[in-house]
Amino acid sequence: MAEIDLGNLMAFDPHHQEEVVKEALEQGTKLVQAVADALFSLPSTQDPDGPIVKLPAPTTKLPRSKPLPKPRPPTKWEVFAQKKGIQKHNKEKLVFDEQTGTWKRRYGYDRVNDDNDVPIIEAKATDEPGTDPFAERRKEKKSKVEKQEKNRLHNLKQAAKVGALPSHIQLAATALPITGTQSMHKKVSKDELQNVAGMAATSTASGGKFDKKLPGEKPLKHEKKYRKFLPAAEGSGMGALEKQQNEQILNKLMSKNSHEILNVEKAVNMYNEKKEKKQRKRGGNSSDFKPNKKSFKKTPYKGASNKGKSK
Amino acid sequence: MMRIKTPTKRRVKRELDKRAPKLVETGKKTLILHGTKTSSVLNTLLTEIYHLKKDDSVKYSRRNDNVRPFESGGETSLEFFSLKTDCSLFVYGSHSKKRPNNLVIGRTYDHHIYDLVELGVENFKSMGSFSYDKKLAPQIGSKPFFAFIGEGFESVEELKHLKEVLLDLFHGQVATNLNLAGLDRVYVCTALSSNKIFFTHCALRLKKSGTVVPRMELVEVGPSMDMVVRRHRLPDDSLRKEAMKTAPELKKKKEKNVVKDAIQGKLGKIYMPNQQAEFTDTKFVHKPKGAKREWREAKMMQAEVAANKHTGKKLKIDSE
Repeated sequence: MAEIDLGNLMAFDPHHQEEVVKEALEQGTKLVQAVADALFSLPSTQDPDGPIVKLPAPTTKLPRSKPLPKPRPPTKWEVFAQKKGIQKHNKEKLVFDEQTGTWKRRYGYDRVNDDNDVPIIEAKATDEPGTDPFAERRKEKKSKVEKQEKNRLHNLKQAAKVGALPSHIQLAATALPITGTQSMHKKVSKDELQNVAGMAATSTASGGKFDKKLPGEKPLKHEKKYRKFLPAAEGSGMGALEKQQNEQILNKLMSKNSHEILNVEKAVNMYNEKKEKKQRKRGGNSSDFKPNKKSFKKTPYKGASNKGKSK
Repeated sequence: MMRIKTPTKRRVKRELDKRAPKLVETGKKTLILHGTKTSSVLNTLLTEIYHLKKDDSVKYSRRNDNVRPFESGGETSLEFFSLKTDCSLFVYGSHSKKRPNNLVIGRTYDHHIYDLVELGVENFKSMGSFSYDKKLAPQIGSKPFFAFIGEGFESVEELKHLKEVLLDLFHGQVATNLNLAGLDRVYVCTALSSNKIFFTHCALRLKKSGTVVPRMELVEVGPSMDMVVRRHRLPDDSLRKEAMKTAPELKKKKEKNVVKDAIQGKLGKIYMPNQQAEFTDTKFVHKPKGAKREWREAKMMQAEVAANKHTGKKLKIDSE
């Protein structure tokens, strides 16, 4: 490599950086030319942007960045359909609705033959009295949806076991609710916590005026009560709102205490007494066996005497 | 209890689908990040690598104290960044007294480190130090040529590994269709010794040569540097096998009985059963009307027997 001049005790290395670069570029040009020779001899198709060549598959294999996607296991229905030889047919999305004479979706919103569109259900002899057929239908539909959701979850779990869950779906574990009805607590956000802290601060006698503020605690967004005032002038619309509100309150009170205003026992007693007296009076008048004593004496105020007796 | 969680926004779903593993991968994204300390050389180098791969890379600008790819425990946050940015290649620069101008290029598989190469950068020349006709400047995302010069890339294990890593880092998107007018860049790597290579990036000038193939001319545009391989870690054999898998669906089945010929084109072999010259079916037996019943029946019987004889299939090779 190095040139040596023993007479001058000198050594010289011609492979300087620039030489290296020059050599590299020369060699590189040769190699690229070789690649180009092969590349330009490939059959090409003309495109407005330039000739397009179809490249063969690369021979130098490079590693993948992610493992191969796993095939999804068949769902329970797919297994069943396979067993029974049921084939999938693509149905048309739109169906002609004879009732309305229009084309409607087969499924989904505003669909054909929707149960919700039927306003009247004919009663049958087998119907139990006291049941709402509409409510029953709604319940049935809901249970169907729930069943489907359960099946879907089962199939997804099966897929998750193999590791073939679709990329956009996650199966999140929810904590078991104690009573079976409560859903899991949501994670409380920062803003919600701030609001709650603010509300708690105002619950002192001074409305949180003299409380020590924590570092980073913000002042309340709305310090006072939310109040709404109705228009002072009377009129129609908004003007009559105050009157309406008062009436509403009054009605509520009346309806609440209505059974106290009418004393049923007392009213029944009064009614019975009145009836008895009337009967007695009529019986006295109509009897032919007893001499009518009072017929001789004419009472000037019959109504008044009656009134007195009833009391 | 389980709950099915799906994205509420379509954009999120699209993004998740983009990140999902695919049968055929088209390209890898690159994460570019700094270590505890970086020299000015490394700073410019990392920026320029980012410029070279601008269409599919993410550059972090903060210092990362807890990223040490070769040490155990130093890869956790790196793997997290890889997961977060969906990058499966990373370029990490650090500068210390022991290892000045240190560049670590690594790959990940399933967001875990697959292999690593550590390089020392010497004689660095940035893009700015080259003067050339700016019309030649390569376009972002164009498919590059590679030229690996030297025996070392074949015989020395370190350089062989480095070659694969550099190819993976700079080869861009996997393309099946290539526009010949868009060829505008070359990466030239020359093995100088058993652990040193010279790396440079050149623009291509296509000159008319009178033939279909134009004459290639390289114009150095930078960055260019010497790379000294320091440490390197190859992947496990099992991991390598796993990562090199191709989808079984994509493997072509061997086509039987079809031969392609340069002159005659596509040739096929057809297998046929023996042709039967006699009447084989009772349906088509000639039934003369006037013949006596006994004769007719006897003839039918004869035909049936003949048909049964020929049902055993015989193959005869017939080349077309």
